[in-house]
Formats: sequence, C-alpha cells, structure tokens
Amino acid sequence: MNLLAQSNQMSAQKVLSLRSLSKKFGSVVANDDVSLDLHVGEILSLLGENGAGKTTLMNMLFGHYLPDEGEILITNKNNQMEPLRLGQPQAAILAGIGMVHQHFTLAENLTVFENITIGVESLWALKTNKKKAQKKIENIIERSGLVVALDEPVGRLSVGERQRVEILKALYRDARVLVLDEPTAVLTPKEADVLFDNVKAMTDNGLSVIFISHKLREVLEFSDRIVILRHGQKVGEMLTKDADEKSIAKMMVGESTPISKRVEIQVGKPLLSLENISMKGSSRRNRLVDISLKVHEHEILGIAGVSGNGQSTLAELISGLQKPDQGEVVLGTSKVKKLTPKVVVKAGIGRIPEDRHKDGIVGNMTVAENIILESLSEKSIQRFGFLNRASINSIARDLCSSYDVRGPGIHAHARLLSGGNIQKMILARVFSGNPKIILANQPTRGLDMGAASEVERRLLEARRNGSGILLISEDLDEILRLSDRVLVIHSGVLTEIENLDREQIGLMMAGETL
Amino acid sequence: MIDILQILISESFWAASLRISTPLIFGVLGALLCEKSGILNLGIEGIFVAGAMSGWLAVWLGAGLIGGVIVAGLTGAFFGLIHAILTVPLGLSQHVSGLGVTLFSTSLSYFIYRTALPNVSSPPRIEPFRPIDIPFISDIPFLGEILGQQTAMTWLALIMVFIVWFVLYKTPLGIAIQAVGDNPNSVDAQGLSVYGLRIGSVVAGSALMGIGGAFLTMSAFDAFFFGMVNGRGWVCIALVIFASWKPGKALLGAVLFGAFDALQVRLQTEVGAFVPGQIFLMAPYVLSIFALMVAARKADYPRALLTPWFKGER
Amino acid sequence: MIRIENRNASSRLFKFSIPIISAVVSLILAAIPLAFAGANIGEAYLVMIKGVFGSVFALSEMLTRATPLIFTGLAAAVAFRARLWNIGAEGQLYLGAMAAVSIGTGVLDISGFLLLPIIITFGCLAGALGMVVPMALKTRFGADEVVTTLLLNFIILIFLQMMLEGPLKDPMGLGWPQSAPILDQGMLPTLLTRMRVHSGLIIGLVLAVILQIFINRSIWGFKLRAVGENISAARHAGIGVNKSLLGVAICSGALAGLAGVSEVIGLKGYLTADLSPGFGYTGIVVAMLAGLSPIGVIAAALFIASVFVGADSMSRAMGVSSYLADLIVAMSLICVLIGGFVSNYKLTFTKQKKVTFK
Repeated sequence: MNLLAQSNQMSAQKVLSLRSLSKKFGSVVANDDVSLDLHVGEILSLLGENGAGKTTLMNMLFGHYLPDEGEILITNKNNQMEPLRLGQPQAAILAGIGMVHQHFTLAENLTVFENITIGVESLWALKTNKKKAQKKIENIIERSGLVVALDEPVGRLSVGERQRVEILKALYRDARVLVLDEPTAVLTPKEADVLFDNVKAMTDNGLSVIFISHKLREVLEFSDRIVILRHGQKVGEMLTKDADEKSIAKMMVGESTPISKRVEIQVGKPLLSLENISMKGSSRRNRLVDISLKVHEHEILGIAGVSGNGQSTLAELISGLQKPDQGEVVLGTSKVKKLTPKVVVKAGIGRIPEDRHKDGIVGNMTVAENIILESLSEKSIQRFGFLNRASINSIARDLCSSYDVRGPGIHAHARLLSGGNIQKMILARVFSGNPKIILANQPTRGLDMGAASEVERRLLEARRNGSGILLISEDLDEILRLSDRVLVIHSGVLTEIENLDREQIGLMMAGETL
Repeated sequence: MIDILQILISESFWAASLRISTPLIFGVLGALLCEKSGILNLGIEGIFVAGAMSGWLAVWLGAGLIGGVIVAGLTGAFFGLIHAILTVPLGLSQHVSGLGVTLFSTSLSYFIYRTALPNVSSPPRIEPFRPIDIPFISDIPFLGEILGQQTAMTWLALIMVFIVWFVLYKTPLGIAIQAVGDNPNSVDAQGLSVYGLRIGSVVAGSALMGIGGAFLTMSAFDAFFFGMVNGRGWVCIALVIFASWKPGKALLGAVLFGAFDALQVRLQTEVGAFVPGQIFLMAPYVLSIFALMVAARKADYPRALLTPWFKGER
Repeated sequence: MIRIENRNASSRLFKFSIPIISAVVSLILAAIPLAFAGANIGEAYLVMIKGVFGSVFALSEMLTRATPLIFTGLAAAVAFRARLWNIGAEGQLYLGAMAAVSIGTGVLDISGFLLLPIIITFGCLAGALGMVVPMALKTRFGADEVVTTLLLNFIILIFLQMMLEGPLKDPMGLGWPQSAPILDQGMLPTLLTRMRVHSGLIIGLVLAVILQIFINRSIWGFKLRAVGENISAARHAGIGVNKSLLGVAICSGALAGLAGVSEVIGLKGYLTADLSPGFGYTGIVVAMLAGLSPIGVIAAALFIASVFVGADSMSRAMGVSSYLADLIVAMSLICVLIGGFVSNYKLTFTKQKKVTFK
C-alpha cells in the first residue's frame, strides 16, 4: 500500500459505518451485533472462514437482506453521514454502494454494454441513450484499466473478463464503496494480481473497498485494515501492518484445528488410467485436449487449476456422464468400453461431486435414503426388489454416527442439513463402499475449517489404506498439502509439475508455459 | 402437382394463410413474452377460450368491436395474473399451474356462456370485423391483395409483432425482461424487481393470448362454439420453441403454419375422394410435433425458464 | 414486515388436510357461480348432495363415474411423481378403448376366462404405446413431453373418428359412427344387480393399493421418486434415469388405457367418439388432489365423481349449467396448489427493532 494512501487514510474521513447489525435465519444466528467503519480510499478486508457471516453482512449492506437490528450510515453528497434505507438494493445503489457478488449476476444472453446499463434508465423510457452511456463507460474503462469489449455477449467472456464487467457495473453507477466478495476464487494468481493493481489505482482516486476473503495470505498482502468475523461476531480488528499471521489465524478459527499431515508412502500399481482423452466440453475452455493421467494405489493425484478449464468435463468423464471423443479409460489393466454412472459405481469408484445440491443429494428424500442412493443393487438393502427398511435404517444410523453427521435425524429430508453435514453424509456414502478409486471434486468448497479438515483427514486415511485419489481443487494450498503428484490443468491441457513450487504452479494455472 | 403450385402463387391462398395464422401470431407472441421472462404459461389454451368468449359476449352486450377486443385482452390479463401469482412469488409448478388455469378459464367461460345464453338451438351471432381496404396498401401488387383482405385484428397482430420486437430489443424494459429470463440475479442485483418484471410479462403475454382468442369469435367467425379453440394454444407452445423466442421468427412460423392449414383444406377438395378427410385434420398437430422435433435440441431456451426464483435466497 | 420462511418439517396431518380443505373451499366457492346463475344456493347444495348420496342408485352412479377417474388419476400420479408430464391420458384412454373393441367384438370368440384378460392386456399395451412416440422424441430430440402428449391427444381423437367410420364401424349398426358391441363374455360383471357400477372399480382399487406399495417400498419406486425429485443426483448415483422414465411412461400409459378399456367393457359395451368427457384431463386434477399418492387417488376420484354426479343432477333439477362441475374441479386444483405452498412455507411477521445512536 503506498505511503500517500496510508497517510490519507490516517486523516481520512469515514465514508461508511455499520452499527450493531444482527441477522437471524430461523434459529441460526448469521450475524451478531457487528459494527465496523470504512474510511475514504481504504481497503478493508472482511476475513473469516466459510460460514462466519461475511457475505450475510455485506448482503445487508447491499439491501438483499433486511437486518433484524442495527443501522447503516453512509456519507451523502454533502459529506454528512446519514442513515441508509435498509433492505432495498435500489437505495444502496443510489447511495453509492456497489457489490461484486461471489456468483456473478450477469445475463449471458446480453452484451457487456446491456449488462452494465440494466436498471439505470427508467423502465418506462422508450429509448436507450446509447451514446452517452457508451462514452461514460469508455471513460471508466480508461481510468480503471478494466478492459473489456462492450458489444461482446457476456456468454462468450472469460471468467476474468466477466468479473471486470461486474466491477464496471458498480463504477457506472458511481459507486463510492465497492464490495468484492471472494473475488479471487475464480482467478489465476496472475489475474488476481492484476485485479489488485486495478483496485489499488481506484482507491488512490477515492474509491473505498471492502474485500471479503477467507484466504489469509491475500488479505495480508492487499488490504489496509482487517476485520475478523467468527460465528457471526466480530472477534478482531487491526491495521494490516500490525497484523501477524498466527494470531489472525487463531482469531479466525478459534481453537486450532489439526492440519492434515501427509506421510510419504510407496505408491502401488495403477488403478485408473486416462490415455489420450479428448472431449468437447460445455465451452471452448472447458474441453479436454489429449490428456493422460494415472492414479496409483496409496496416491493422491492433485489437479490444480482455476474452475472452468476442463475440470468439470474431466469429472463428468470419470463419473460416466459423458463419453470421450477420443482416447481410452483403463481401470486396473482392462480397457473400459462404455463408462456409465452405473458402471462407475459397480467398479468401486467413489465420487464426491462438486455441486453437492445438484449432483450429490436428493434434497427431498430422507438422509437414510440418500445414504443408500448408490447402493440400490446391493443385497443388503433389498429383499426381492423391495427395500429392506430395517437394514437401511441401521446402516444409516451407523454411518451417521461414524461420520459425525448431525441433523434432525435419519428420517429428515436431506436438504435440511447444513453444508458441512451434507458433505459428511456424502463422505459416508462414498467411503462406506471402500472405494479403490476416489474422485474428489472441490471437496472442501464452502465448508468451515472443522468440516474441511475432516474431509482431508478421510482422504488421507483412504490413501493410507490403499486407495487412489484424484483430487480436483481450486485451493492451491489444499492441493499442495495433500497431493503426492500435481498436474495443472489449463484450457483442457494437463501439465505435470516437477517441484511443487507455488509460484510456478500459479503461472501454469494462468497458462504460462515454462 | 401443377395444382399445388397454382395454389401457392395465388393471392387468395396467402390471404387465407394470413387470416388463419392471426390467432397463432397473438398466441406465439404472448407465449414468447411469458417464456422470455422465464415462465412457461400452459394456460394459453384456456385463455384463448376465455378471450373468445368474453370478447364475443362483450360485443353481444353492446360494447362494440373495439370494446370487445379490450375486454378480451383484460380477460387474458386476469387469468395471466392468476398464473403469475402462483408461479412467481409462490414459485409453484409452472406446468400444473398452467394446466389449472386452462381448466379454470375454460370451465368458467363455458359456464358463463351457458348461463347467459341458455338453451339456444344455434349459437347467436354478432357483426364481426370486416376486411379493411387501406387505399395505398391495396395498390401494391400481390402483397396488397393479400393485406386488403384482412381485418383490423390481423393488422393489429402484425403491428404487435413489431411492438414486441421493439420493446424487447430496443427499450430498457425489454432488456430487463431478457435479463430476468436468463439470470434473475442479474436484475435483482441492480435493484430491479424480479417479481415485477416476471408478473408484468406474464400478464402482458396473457393479454395478447386473450386477444388471439377473440379473433376466432370476432373476426374469423361470428359466434362462440364449444371446442372451437381445438388445440391452437398447444400449437403455439410448440411454435414458440420453433421460433427461438424471436418475434420475427414467430411471425414466420405462424404464417407458415397457417399456410399449411390453408393448403390442407384445399388439398382435401382435390384429393378428398382417395384420402380420408381426417388425415388432413391431423396434419396441423403432426406438423407441430415435427416442428418440435426439429427445433428442440438446439433451441436457445431462456436459461431461467421453469426455475423459480425467490427473494432473499442466497 | 412479512417474510416467507421455509417450513422445516410439516406434520403429516397438515399435509393430509390440505387436499381436504381445498375440496371444501372449492365447494364453498361454488356458491359464487350459483349466485350468478340466480339459483337458490342452499337448495342447490341439497340437491347436489341428494344426487350423490340420496339413494343406492345415486351412489352407484357416483362410483361408476369414479372408476375411470381412478385409472387416469393413477396414470397422472405415477407419471407426475417422476416429473414426467404425461398430459396424454385422454388419448391413451381411447387407444385402450380401441384395442378393446378390436379384440373383443368377435375376432376372438373364446370363453370369458381367457377373453377378459386378453382384452385387458391389449388395452394396457395400446395405452402404453401412446407414450412411445413422446418418449422417443424426448430422448432423441429433447422435445418436452408436455406438448407432444397434448398434441397427440388431438391426433388420436381424429384417428378414432377415422376408425369408427371405417374398420371399427358396426356393420349391424344404423350407420352411426360407433363400434360393434363387445361380446357378452368380454364384459366386466357388474357389482350390484340392476346398477351400473361394475368390477372395473375393483380393479382400480386393487391397482391403487399395489401402486402405493410399489412406489413407497420397492426399488423401482425408489428410483422413480429419486428421478422425480432430483434427476441430476439420481443420474450421478448410477440410477438408469432413461430406463426408469421409460418404465414410468409405459406404466402411466397402460393405466390410462385401462380407463378406456374399463369404460367399454364395464359400462358402455361399445365405443363412440364421446366415450370420455375429459377423463384424461380430470385425472390430472385427481392426481394433484391426491398429493400424487395412489391411495389418495381413490379418495380424490370419489370426490370429483361426486361433484360431477351431484352437479349433473342439480343441473337437471334447477337448470344451472352442468359446467359448474368443471368449474368446481378447476378451482379445487388451484386451491390444492396454493395449499401445497402453505404447507411448505409460512408467513412470519416480525417487528423491526430500531436502534438509534446519538
């Protein structure tokens, strides 16, 4: 952070003030009496693990949620603090608050220009004043360095470009406070650096930024001040220059969670081989180009890369949901003619899906039913084509207890469980089959540290017991922590890494060849 | 063969095609508007019936033809509102709600008609729209002849194609509707009301459907018969997919369909002795299924179609 | 401030009462059209009730009317449970009926023990056949089955008219477009002497019970429910989704075909183009009122049959259009939809506390 900004910030005026905000969803407390101030030209990080209440707090700021208690003050045109109308995004936007959501809010069938200008003109206007708007946007692009083509349909843009559109949306509405929710989750390390540079340039010009993250390192590099949330409460606040990694980590998590330790093991014979696989994916980047890989016993093979580079296509291939255009899949020593989910389940390949709500659970069926979802052809759960209720219930009870699945009971609908418990339930289903091969696709995404470390522990245990695991993850630290070997995927191409050097991997994730 | 060619180049054939396609134009535009915003409206068949009955009844009671059209539009809007409330803020199954609206509007229309006009031997008639002769237009060769035989309602249909196109692609409201059908969050994040946009689109689209129904009783024919809609609403649902949710293609699809219908009537008189008439009656429905076959796979469905969106669920 | 909140678990009693409340509400709402028609509301209700429960004959008529609705209701319930939108029950019903009169009017002159099951089997197959084209179009072309089954209804109806004026026409008839009569031994026995209620009802009841057991307790039923609730997760878990849907489609079509068979060999004895006053479509309302449960279909079919029979009798007595029945049925569907929402969500009223700072 440059000295000019630093000194400005010291004497800088407050631009935003959140006072005693609280929010409950049913019996779950999302935020409890949280207060914080933001100064002009400041970059404030809101740090906390998944589920700490960061996004909820910002959603209240932006008006998506109405706080149960508390108020928000923001400076108006005359530089005086006045209360913000809560619960209405329109009011927040008019007051100068802009938000870049974690999941992009773009209409893919419209152009960049159309996405940026939606909602600015009155809906009853008969014509759009294109020229004036275009000029304004072009000015903003120049000033901010966020370059993107205005007439391109958003559906064709890369993830980094889409994020730029999101920020432009906020700037077009003259945002003075910009909230970035986990902006680097979808960027390569290099793209993240570019983003930070652009944002810093904007804060030098008076923009104030709140930056939500669960990544400690980024927060320390990028922000001026840090506010830490845990279980919905503010547990720490300090200037970044006064912060030290260890104490912050402790504030984030509370008691220290055991970090998984990988012990060196001799790998065994190959369990799964992909040979020269090429596949079309959902988009150009999501395809697979002549990839080959081998997963052995006692091994975790990590696939590092930013989402959208072919990981989902790879996962669909191994799950049997899509056929390769070219290439062979080999299980053990025999080539597989046709891979369907049924064959995959029978072959003992366990899969932890990326989107647990869409592919992992049937929300309106019970926990017990979800646990046996993949075991329908097993003798233990059926009698002459009918479900053996007693047996199913006892299996479910045992598994829920071994895997610490907490919730309203095995006869409750699965959708009522929290994210972490849903994942534990999926783990129970996957691991109870003693799978030789495991596909773990973003297994700790969205989980708090306790649940995440449990997942990692299970994966390492399976590795110890002889399984081969293919780990796909955007979390580079996780990959480095757990993998024996690492492949980087970019635009459908796999490249093996010799030494696990973070920076190198980061460059390769961005497509740089060495 | 030569006969078919002769038919295809005759003005009277295309005039009939355009006339037959008029209710379909309204219907496809209406369904397009609903679906573009993300809502499937299977109430169209019943709304056609309701528009036909209410428009006719309004004229019968003295409201005049224009009054009839307005009543038909309002009737369509009313049933559209029911469907909109069930599917947008309440997020209920769009399939079941649509079918429910079809059943409700049909049975209500039949009940009101029967109760208002009990025990009539043949359905009473009104003075329907007559073809309009617009001086300059009628002088255009070929096209003029065709258009000169059309009534005001067909003109209205053609104008609506332009209006729907203009609103959707050239106004902020239309852009917002396109956005809400792709990703409701995109519109919500800009402070616009997802509910408002969707409800408005469904109501407006349903009004168009109502007017389309009124064409049957106020222009094509002059009385209301039970069962006169006969599946036209469902045909429109198929045609919307075929038209890729574009107003221009919607017009094209509707006119092609009307042409096919007009053709089969003429073919019947030619070949009627050899082929049972029913084969020709089946043709429109078979054609619709065929159109679906062709278009469904690569159709550019509005991404948010059939997925309910709830405020505050993040 | 009003907020809509997800109900975490609604008690079974609550869920069970929704259809009953919907039925009652729609009956109460019928007062409005009755008033519009200028009828004495109290008297109208009384006549309706008498028309259903007033005599053994009335009850028998109601049960007779309920029989095809049980079949089409089951057809819709099974399909909708798997989220397969079979709106073609009306056409499949006629396919079953056509099969019945093709086989049962003289082609096979064998004893009833053999003839009856053969007619029934062919009727089921014919109904199931009606789902083949829509399913093929769905899997190969991605064409939504809602529209294809709907359009097919019209096609089948026209085909029916063609058949009734051609190959199926009664040579002994007076030239009307109607089929030859079913052989005596091919008719389903009636349940009460001199009453129209026939054993088709028993078949329907038995099937409802069988389906209830199968859907809730069998592997086939489990897969059906999983596919209906979350097809992606079902597919991911290795459930053969297409195979499952095909099985559901065949079952649904067969049930609808049975409705047609039952009407022909149980009630009418021959086939005309007006065999069904919309049983296929009404079956959808039956299924929704039943909460998509096969056992519930029985109760819902009885209710709707009562509405039709009661309104019919009131219409004859008081001159109110019998379309009132269709209106009540349609309103009950909308009520059940709203009721479904109420059982899943509740409205909460919270006071917003204001904290002011000096």
